[in-house]
Amino acid sequence: MVELLSLFLNSVFAGNILLAYFLGMCSFVAVSKNIETAVGLGFAVIFVLTVTTPINWLIFHGLLAPGALAWAGLPDVDLSFLKLIIFISVIAAMVQAIEMIIDRFSAALYAGLGIFLPLIAVNCAILGGSLFMVERNMTFIESVVFGFGAGVGWMLAIVAMAAARIKLRYADLPSGLEGFAITMIVTGLMAMAFMLFSGITM
Amino acid sequence: MKLTRTKAFKTFAGPAWYENPINMQMLGICSALAVTVQLKTAFVMTLAMTFVVSMSNLIISLLRNVIPGNIRIIVELAVIASLVILADEFLRAYYFEISKLLSVFVGLIITNCIILGRAEGFALSNPPHLAFIDGLGNGVGYGSVLMSVALIRELFGSGSIFGYTVVPERLYAAGYEDMGLMLLAPAAFIIIGLMAWLQKYLVNSRK
Repeated sequence: MVELLSLFLNSVFAGNILLAYFLGMCSFVAVSKNIETAVGLGFAVIFVLTVTTPINWLIFHGLLAPGALAWAGLPDVDLSFLKLIIFISVIAAMVQAIEMIIDRFSAALYAGLGIFLPLIAVNCAILGGSLFMVERNMTFIESVVFGFGAGVGWMLAIVAMAAARIKLRYADLPSGLEGFAITMIVTGLMAMAFMLFSGITM
Repeated sequence: MKLTRTKAFKTFAGPAWYENPINMQMLGICSALAVTVQLKTAFVMTLAMTFVVSMSNLIISLLRNVIPGNIRIIVELAVIASLVILADEFLRAYYFEISKLLSVFVGLIITNCIILGRAEGFALSNPPHLAFIDGLGNGVGYGSVLMSVALIRELFGSGSIFGYTVVPERLYAAGYEDMGLMLLAPAAFIIIGLMAWLQKYLVNSRK
């Protein structure tokens, strides 16, 4: 239990998927102009990560890992090279499903997220979550906790960034620094602050 | 006709400098930063990325008249993912050490916005040779940012270039120290922010 809690805290803070591993930057820069859309996209990312990481765990350990097909009488088959293409298909299918659900229940959120919802499919954070899950040999429970924690960490970062950018609107910046450049520098300072959490151990 | 006036050159130079995918269009930053602690990994990543983006542009441009409009994203993703698997398996077979260092980031080329963006925005509406050149230009534009960030981080962070120590012993003896922050994530964000500022300033002042 303690290990799971510490895995969760680590994936939210010190090992934040955005600030420490740079994943999901594209939509982070594009959507952090407005707090409401940032919160909406944040929830969508939490949801997609929490669902796809365990599903991909099941697929990887049930079908793709070396020796996983032993139940079918093929103990020597290693399909792990297919993981990239299988993972991205699962993610694309889940994003499509979530898009239909949001369209049905919240027209305002659907309009706000606009073209960024399909972009979740190519959000590096989602595929990165699944690939880290394989890379770090997680158990099934760990993959659920990690998926959820990584999503929460991503949302925390994008909402904080959206809040900072509202203040930045009134800043008088030199030519060329506004927009992308200052966003990256502020992100750097934020990443430094998040690194301070790495001292916390359970 | 001068070389710089040809359409092919413009297709190449646009993404390589004026519409640089990272600094000007803010695409593909995800993978750009994580592999920049050392020049070696940044260089291999650039090669892998250039291969994938130019080949995917070429293939999608060749197929552009036979891909049905409403399933084109799936087709594009399938082409890109297959190319990334090729690159990943190649690195694993021949350069295992580097492929360990790059860990998940080769796989993440699939979700690099540059590739899908170029496939959608350029390859679907242009002939194969231009699409291929556009891919090369994007690879070079992406790579140049990657390599510059990596150069700064490796030089100041570990005092070396491509793994060879360049900061002389005497400097260390005189009290010079490597800057530990350069090896950590925040430095990458700040360097890329400053570089984007410089490039935007240069491009704007030309106009």
